[in-house]
Amino acid sequence: MPDVVEVSPLWAVPAALLVVLVAAWAACLDAGTGPGAVPGFTAPGREVARLLRQRRRTTLAADRLLWRLGGGGLLVAALLMVAVVPLGRWTLSDLGVGVVWFNAMDVLVWALVWMAGWGPNSAHALVGGYRFLAQALAYELPLMFALTAPAVAAGSLRVGDVVAAQQDLWFVVWMPVAFVVFCGCVVAFSVRGPFSSPTGADVAGGVLAEVSGVDRLLLLAGRYALLVAGSAFAVAAFLGGGAGPWLPGWLWSLLKTVALVSVLVAVRGRFPLLRPDRLVELGWVVVLPLTLLQLLVVSIVAVAG
Amino acid sequence: MSLEAVLVVAAALFAVGLYGAISQQVVVMVMMGLELMINAVILAAAGLWWFLAPSPDGHVLLLVVVAAMTVEMAAGFAVATLLHRSRGSDTTDTATDLDR
Amino acid sequence: MMGMAAWLEAVLFWGLGVVAVAAGVAVFRTDSMARATYALALSFVAVGAQVLMLSLDYVGVVTVLMMVMEMAVMAVYMVMFMGMNPALMPMSMVHSKKTALGVAAGTFVALAAGALLVPWPERRGAPAVDLTASLGEAVMGSKMLVMLVVSPVLFATIVSALVLANPRGRYHRLGDDLRRRPADDPQRGGVGR
Repeated sequence: MPDVVEVSPLWAVPAALLVVLVAAWAACLDAGTGPGAVPGFTAPGREVARLLRQRRRTTLAADRLLWRLGGGGLLVAALLMVAVVPLGRWTLSDLGVGVVWFNAMDVLVWALVWMAGWGPNSAHALVGGYRFLAQALAYELPLMFALTAPAVAAGSLRVGDVVAAQQDLWFVVWMPVAFVVFCGCVVAFSVRGPFSSPTGADVAGGVLAEVSGVDRLLLLAGRYALLVAGSAFAVAAFLGGGAGPWLPGWLWSLLKTVALVSVLVAVRGRFPLLRPDRLVELGWVVVLPLTLLQLLVVSIVAVAG
Repeated sequence: MSLEAVLVVAAALFAVGLYGAISQQVVVMVMMGLELMINAVILAAAGLWWFLAPSPDGHVLLLVVVAAMTVEMAAGFAVATLLHRSRGSDTTDTATDLDR
Repeated sequence: MMGMAAWLEAVLFWGLGVVAVAAGVAVFRTDSMARATYALALSFVAVGAQVLMLSLDYVGVVTVLMMVMEMAVMAVYMVMFMGMNPALMPMSMVHSKKTALGVAAGTFVALAAGALLVPWPERRGAPAVDLTASLGEAVMGSKMLVMLVVSPVLFATIVSALVLANPRGRYHRLGDDLRRRPADDPQRGGVGR
């Protein structure tokens, strides 16, 4: 497979549209399956139309600046993540430290979700924001070490090199723990499924409690976009990027991403909600050592091979 | 972009941080001043590295500065927590036991 | 067209510099603890971008990563310790403001004069082609001692910070004879409990 090539920055617009399209697919799948399913794929479309027409509610002494930044920022963070992910052999930016870049962008989510919870000056939303920080403490270290594994195996932090290193064998085959942990963390930083307690019903929707209209649309779209961006990165880091028979590379990247997004959406309802305070111990006592062991295996193979 | 430009921006950041570190009463705000000063050090070191001697040695030094910042943060948060627990306050003016 | 590129670069650099310093000033001017914290984060992001412009990709991105994470935690501490409603009340808790302003202004003048007046030497050597790789080789090769020192320092920091901040020791958890099972924790939950 040829190395990845950088394309003109103008391609950022179609790339963003692609992310939104896959995110829309995820939203349709989400609404059409699982608990409280609405038959047909029209529910998200109707919800978008409703939110676009809805008037903005506001609360007393809201911190509008941080609230809007938090709500709109998730989508931006997701798009910035995608900037270093190759689609087949094209990439927007083949940054030399692409893996660290992805990590930095997912850390932005810490700040953004907390701001979205802080902004409305509402107790429920604030509790949601704090819950996310506690959850982030639990998943971030496993995520970092799961990200380190493919970088060590490829001997490079460049996403293009990571993809190229999987020419013979996809990384998912010999680092399954890192892959599973990474996918779990993608679900966690997109605040979904078992990790959705920051938006839980027990705190009246948490971060989503007060947000309405376009802001709510952006926040919900940002969550789906983060899921898509994380899956796209997982495809590049573990699933061989655009490698595959017959079809062109870009189509394989896209198909794998859609497939992974669909799996992550589908398993959502199969797990119980994890409370952030219990999650921290689970993350640090069970998942982190497992990830470190995986990293040790990968390092030994990388040194010996 | 020149070395002088980088250093002037770094000097301004350092001065703002120094103002905060001296004038603020609350420990966490003092820490924010210190962080701004380290921010300036990172920028100045990066500028000196790039314009004078772009060798790996200076690059490693920058990593050490970043590590120093994490130590500052962790120790600062721990001391602030301890102060708050034992005194019920978090201002530097109530922590002058060593000032005799 | 080189002139154009250099000009754009200068505008970008100064723009980021203004953002970094203005955000730094905002840290001590705003009344909201959350805004103060994230103003500092913005200052770090601007400096991180400037460091990226100086070709230090790894340090620049890692600075942004670390500082955004740290400021997210810092916001919690600010709210926890400042002890007042942030959004509703003016926040001015300063002492010796005039001295501080004077010292800060003097420092800036001295440092900036030094930056402008010192005859800086010519650049020695050229940067490596792949700076991140050269950094990795330095850290794992000739400069390994630095990292060997940094890691125990970081570990010692973790331990000492926990000792300082944690009010309860193992005798609180496990009783005087360390035999109490399960441990008595204020926060239940986690693995197997």
